[in-house]
Amino acid sequence: MSNLKGKRIMIAKPGLDGHDIGAKIIALALRDAGAEVIYTGLRKTPGFIARVAVDEDVDAVGLSLLSGSHKELVAETMRELKALDAGDIPVFVGGTIPVEDRATLIEAGVVGIFTAEMRLDDVVAELARRLSPEQAA
Amino acid sequence: MTATAKSMADDDLALPPPMPRTPSGIDVPVLATPEMVRNPDPGEPAQFPFTRGIFPDGFRGRLWTFRQYSGFGTAEESNARYRFLLDQGQTGLSVALDLPTQCGYDPDDAMARAEVGKVGVSLSNLSEMEILFDGIDLSKISTSFTINGTAAIIYAMYCACADKQGVPRAKLTGTIQNDILKEYVARGTWIFPVRPSMRLIADTILFSNDATPRFNPISIAGAHVRDAGSTAVEEMAYTLANGFAYVDELLRRGGDATKFAKRLSFFFYVHMDFFEEVAKFRAGRRVWAKILRDRYGVTDDKAMHFRFGVVCGGSSLTASQPYNNIVRVGIETMAAVLGGAQSIFTCAYDEAFQIPTEFSAEIALRTQQIIAYESGISKTVDPLGGSFFVEHLTDRMEDEIVKVMDEIDAYGGVVRAIEDGWLQMRLAERATERRRKIDAVDTVIVGQNAFRRESQTDDFGEVFRLDPQAAAKVIEKFEAIRDRRDNAAVEASLDKLAAAAAKDDENLMPYLIDCCHAYATVGEMVARLKQGWGEFQEPVRL
Repeated sequence: MSNLKGKRIMIAKPGLDGHDIGAKIIALALRDAGAEVIYTGLRKTPGFIARVAVDEDVDAVGLSLLSGSHKELVAETMRELKALDAGDIPVFVGGTIPVEDRATLIEAGVVGIFTAEMRLDDVVAELARRLSPEQAA
Repeated sequence: MTATAKSMADDDLALPPPMPRTPSGIDVPVLATPEMVRNPDPGEPAQFPFTRGIFPDGFRGRLWTFRQYSGFGTAEESNARYRFLLDQGQTGLSVALDLPTQCGYDPDDAMARAEVGKVGVSLSNLSEMEILFDGIDLSKISTSFTINGTAAIIYAMYCACADKQGVPRAKLTGTIQNDILKEYVARGTWIFPVRPSMRLIADTILFSNDATPRFNPISIAGAHVRDAGSTAVEEMAYTLANGFAYVDELLRRGGDATKFAKRLSFFFYVHMDFFEEVAKFRAGRRVWAKILRDRYGVTDDKAMHFRFGVVCGGSSLTASQPYNNIVRVGIETMAAVLGGAQSIFTCAYDEAFQIPTEFSAEIALRTQQIIAYESGISKTVDPLGGSFFVEHLTDRMEDEIVKVMDEIDAYGGVVRAIEDGWLQMRLAERATERRRKIDAVDTVIVGQNAFRRESQTDDFGEVFRLDPQAAAKVIEKFEAIRDRRDNAAVEASLDKLAAAAAKDDENLMPYLIDCCHAYATVGEMVARLKQGWGEFQEPVRL
């Protein structure tokens, strides 16, 4: 079982999208895997998300988007993180992300894209591998 | 046997037969027998408690409404799509709105920029609605708006649009969703705190009962809670509980239950467990009527009618092997018909990952037409009535629904359960449980967690593309209307609205309609109301 013990992970809902159940399921799964989860609630601006990520000293930021605005809002959040000298915090994305947009997000520096059909254990394992490469063996 | 067919057959052998329980956890007997049924006589249709439906002739007199959900980008594009769908034989329009319109932000607002025209059409002011319904006679069609936080404003805009077309308001038919309680739990387009939101909903219903008596001013929806992860039992129980919370609010405002209850309608999802879905609707009809009679003293049959629309598909559809979804939607549509739905929306097979194309939207509509005109299942009333299993399952669903409603009452009612975040937390836990069952293949989803082809590459077919210039066009029009309108008249109408909002017993609808006629924007009206009422503070509990 993958272990995220000691990791602080933020799950955030940027923009106006109100579909939060996926974000909450992931938050609960990460918590079950030992992580300390900071969930923002709905309708947060990229600026707010970046600021909280820095203030809370998180190890990763997960952005949940199902409104089709992922390209704009993910890029903006990453810009805001860089502006706060926190461009090294890994950002992962979940939700409804069309196949043809995935490469663009990865190129922009997103470390992982987790869509609704992935198993929760696989999401946790992938995240653990990203955050603690030494555990990966 | 080809290699592919062989590997699929091997896979098949590895799976045990399906669970002998419904997804809500109700035991399914090997064989249903007469003694399992509480009342051997299921009663007559159109008679209390309406287990067999609300019409004496079922669908013989009139089929359900074929209502497809669409609307995207600009009002011009949506208008063209509506004309296409009406030409194809669709009998009702369903309008999807973009998130800024749903959450009360104008298209030029910093909060809105990334989402203008994305998940629906942008309707920031009356001029956009005039374009949306250009060439469509509002007295001849029924229109359903999926709108909640700003439902009163969009309804006011529809009334103003009818005024402009010269259509008497009394002739308007259609529905606004206008169900804020479930927005706090599942869909997230809330704006104001719970209590002023309830007042606004009572305003729309009381106004509509007189001004637009053929219009449904609310569609109390379980669909979103269900799609987010609740069971069918919880979907029905939460929705009925919300329905009674609105009844209480309307009574507090002096409404007459016999009058307003006739215009309350409901909206649900249909997922894949066929008999559980049929039983859910039969049980829901019964519980609603019984509580209206026993707790509220309603005696008028029509006021006890549980009228509902459904959506088939949603999270029961998969992004992998998407053409399988056509079969799923067909089965779900049959359950909706046999459950006695008044209107049906069938999801397109590509809905799980994009806005439907004309091709996929047409198949969705044809699915309903095939069931209506070829399958023959709508020819007799409640053909499953009297089946030992269906009657037994209806009894069991009723018991379980009432049990969940009692749990909510024991907590202190839905309003409190929502303000505290208790219902939201319950839903998140249930959704996680459903997810874990899928991951463990306790719940089989063909083509997704079972019976996958090795190295499956999913064929997504034709892909719908939004016009990348849509948002810019919307903002351009928005700036133009602000320059063109009489800004002093806008301010005056907004001031009157704010003054009326400060008084709890004043109906806000006439003020909102005046604001719409003056071309005040959704964002401006919402901003004024927020000044007086504040905003909902989301309780984040996990």
